[in-house]
Amino acid sequence: MANFDEELDATGLNCPLPILRAKKALGKLTTGQVLHIIATDPGSVKDFEAFAKQTGNELMESGEEGGKYSFLIKKG
Amino acid sequence: MSEKKLAIIATKGSLDWAYPPFILASTAAALGYETEIFFTFYGLQLMRKDLNLQVTSLGNPAMPMPMPVPVFMQAIPGMQGMMTSMMKKKMKSKGVASVEELRELCIEAEVKMVACQMTVDLFEFDTKDFIDGLEYGGAATFFEFAGESDICLYI
Repeated sequence: MANFDEELDATGLNCPLPILRAKKALGKLTTGQVLHIIATDPGSVKDFEAFAKQTGNELMESGEEGGKYSFLIKKG
Repeated sequence: MSEKKLAIIATKGSLDWAYPPFILASTAAALGYETEIFFTFYGLQLMRKDLNLQVTSLGNPAMPMPMPVPVFMQAIPGMQGMMTSMMKKKMKSKGVASVEELRELCIEAEVKMVACQMTVDLFEFDTKDFIDGLEYGGAATFFEFAGESDICLYI
């Protein structure tokens, strides 16, 4: 996995909290910095794709391992 | 990217129906929408400083129950309180935010909240019981924003 600047643990949280927390965390970053998000909500896979598409942030990586979903979002 | 607008009318005041307006408004705000919710009739209950929202299976045959309960039993005193606390417990265990938390997130994200003045007069509500920053207006006030909106929902 690529490097990241900040990490957000959204495990155990359900819709829409992972997105809302990610939005908040991205707000503290500067353009080009990368946020790593870990979530357990299966809906977050599609939601983070949609979030990135609509907000101009880049979803660099999205993966699943052992029931945990991991996302890398670069602030746009 | 020009800002899109979402207008919601919230008309219901039960625990389950409190979720859609606050989930959609907070998410829309996170996506960059300018968002306004107009609270009318029972929706005004969602604006109380102290929320005491309840859920009931009465008149709602679609509510999943842990065990089948005959309708006349669902009406006995205490059942509504019991169902409400079971629902809250379940939501917490599934990581679903509380209504209070979602409302707070909406306020943080500058979702504009407008209460129906007519409803306040009709039910003789005391506006001191409602959250600070709430604006009061009528149908025309709603249309001022809704008329410019990209999405308009009646919940």
